[in-house]
Amino acid sequence: METNIIELAQVAAASRQHGVAVNATRVVKRFGAREVLRGLDLSITPGEFVAIVGRSGCGKSTFLRLLAALEPASEGGITLDGQPLTGISQDVRIMFQDSRLLPWRTVIQNVALGLPGDSRAAALAALNEVGLADRADEWPANLSGGQRQRVALARALVHQPRLLLLDEPLGALDALTRIEMQRLIERLWQQHDFTVLLVTHDVAEAVTLGDRVVLIEDGSITLDLDIDLPRRRERGTAEFAALEGLVLDKVLGGELGQN
Amino acid sequence: MLKRIAVFSLGWLLPVAILVTWLTMSHFGWLTARILPAPLDVIKAGVELTASGELQHHFFISLQRALAGLLVGGGIGFILGFVTGLSRVAERLLDSTIQMVRNIPLLALIPLVILWFGIEEESKIFLVALAVFFPIYINTFHGLRSVDKGLIEMGKVYGLGRIALLKEVILPGALPSILVGLRLSFGYMWLFLVVAETIASNGGIGYMTMNARDFLQTDVVVLGIGIYAVLGKVSDMLAVLLERRWLRWHAGYSTS
Repeated sequence: METNIIELAQVAAASRQHGVAVNATRVVKRFGAREVLRGLDLSITPGEFVAIVGRSGCGKSTFLRLLAALEPASEGGITLDGQPLTGISQDVRIMFQDSRLLPWRTVIQNVALGLPGDSRAAALAALNEVGLADRADEWPANLSGGQRQRVALARALVHQPRLLLLDEPLGALDALTRIEMQRLIERLWQQHDFTVLLVTHDVAEAVTLGDRVVLIEDGSITLDLDIDLPRRRERGTAEFAALEGLVLDKVLGGELGQN
Repeated sequence: MLKRIAVFSLGWLLPVAILVTWLTMSHFGWLTARILPAPLDVIKAGVELTASGELQHHFFISLQRALAGLLVGGGIGFILGFVTGLSRVAERLLDSTIQMVRNIPLLALIPLVILWFGIEEESKIFLVALAVFFPIYINTFHGLRSVDKGLIEMGKVYGLGRIALLKEVILPGALPSILVGLRLSFGYMWLFLVVAETIASNGGIGYMTMNARDFLQTDVVVLGIGIYAVLGKVSDMLAVLLERRWLRWHAGYSTS
């Protein structure tokens, strides 16, 4: 009996390490009369890195907010590991375009936010993973934009999420910092093996990071492309350029088709 | 370092110049004691009144009234601002009434206040409380309402409950505004205390100066005015100190 419990606990712990499976079926989201998502279907296997691209206002961020349970879906269903999404889940963490650090808490207090008990060690470990352990006791105001996003990433990681939602977290960073951050996210994803959903308007970034690139246009998915390039991906190669061109053509073609 | 001393002394330049002018004018007899007593006479009056214990007596009466008024008015203002800031229903219920009362010139209430409370302690405390209520109420309300919605959303996603959300996100976010309210209310606190004590009273700095006026003791009058000025300055410094201490994280308040 006792060994059974221990085994169960081990299984639970092992499954916690793994990413979560996400399933969205015919998801509709309306704000008043405006339909932002129009019957969106998407399924993601555990540990997969999915990049969602699309033009502003296509509904990609709204979809992410539904997954984070920040907004309810108007119709359709979302499941995580087969369980319907009912509210904010401990397994899901979201990172926003702005870092949303509490300015009145130090860096390490921000990372430890919402952790029970004495969490300094865990927070410090997470800061170490993003290379900012030495800034632990500073105010967020003293950090650069890229450093703040790294702290926000550490804050997400410290909860050991099984699904990490990234809502254009690199959108406001300069080109070099972006590449650094992309590599950091890729490395941490490979280490922790969680499921990642990255929303971005940068097609090159989507092709660099995603196992799959999904294009949302006008509230539904119009392209779902597997990216089979070996990691870490170099932007200069012909295959990379071909895939990037494919997605870009579709994005721009959609625009021409509409008008 | 030298620059810091220079910047610091710059603020004192004007007061010192005024004092020197005052000294010289009294010294050469260009200013009669009936209009403005010599600075030395004011100091002498202060020393005498302190020696007799009269000054401390009036000073503590005034201080007590100010603090009691601040505590009552500020406390109610904070609580109501807190409630209306958090709840739309409470805002609907209370805010328009409070805004209506706010637009009454408070000094117009004095005859009524005297009829209600007489000239005892209650009337002064009531006036001070009423005066400090509004800045604290409005700034608490505004502070709570202007907390970054993104931070509140983030707090919810990161598993903060209602209490933790209040403590970690909403109150610290509202604090700069609440402190502005406190600082403003310090100003109103002394202003209304002076008015209340001057109109009808039997103790306090205001009473002391009005009494002195009846006997043409301009030195005591000026002493009383000086004490009010010092009290105002000290309470303002206290507010700044609180801001520096509690808003260290805020770029606008950090000392470095």
